[in-house]
Amino acid sequence: MTVVFWILAAVTVAGGLAAVMLKNTVHCALALTTAFAGLALLFMQLDAQFVGFAQILVYIGAVAILVVFAILLTRESEQPEKGVFSRTWLAGLAIAAAVFAVLAWAVLNSRAALPDAVGLPKPAPEVTVAQIGDALMGRYVLPLEILALLLTAAMIGAVLVAMHEKGGRK
Amino acid sequence: MTPLAGYLLVAALVFAIGLAGALTRRNAILVLIGIELMLNAANLNLVAFWRYGPHPEALTGMMFAVFSIAVAAAEAAVGLGLVIAIYRHARTADLDEINRMKG
Repeated sequence: MTVVFWILAAVTVAGGLAAVMLKNTVHCALALTTAFAGLALLFMQLDAQFVGFAQILVYIGAVAILVVFAILLTRESEQPEKGVFSRTWLAGLAIAAAVFAVLAWAVLNSRAALPDAVGLPKPAPEVTVAQIGDALMGRYVLPLEILALLLTAAMIGAVLVAMHEKGGRK
Repeated sequence: MTPLAGYLLVAALVFAIGLAGALTRRNAILVLIGIELMLNAANLNLVAFWRYGPHPEALTGMMFAVFSIAVAAAEAAVGLGLVIAIYRHARTADLDEINRMKG
């Protein structure tokens, strides 16, 4: 457990907490970007540089911008007078805390967390982008094509859903 | 604590934060933000197990994470499109107000 890991973990968790707790939704989107950046750096700490850069490109570059666009289009940046949390916030918080307790208990008691199991520090696997490209075009070519179809369908679907209803209110 | 357990704990914490956000926030966009955080936590788990698993040269966990990122991007686009459509129809993105399916 290096110092870098703990710093990145703290940044990620703080960004996530701020993203779900801040009152102003634009600030939430900004905090979400911080959490995404922290996660991208954690991926790079795990020697998955390609995944880290994909995370930066897709999440910080596209999803965060989409979220900001949606916030501005729905004019929700001003704080609602009834508070930002729903009526059933206590139950939601209890469920989330219970889920975290179960997950943490499972992680800390699993065999994977023991020092002599798979958690031993290993030499970094040598993964080049060429290898990833080979895998994508060879073994994983069918999932890649299905994913391309899914992205096309999602793009058309998002445009259709967000288009004006015929004869509806403007 | 081993490195793998540390990464798994961080992922569990981020997942719980995302779940709390999705369950407690009023604004539909903030619920989507919580869902994105949960998806990212799952990706962190996949990459951590790939890195500390017995066969990192097989690239399976990493590929799963890459595909998961792409699917999450599609999900975000459709989800935000739905939020904008609902906002245009109901004039609000407050989930406590949007409580009937009749148009």
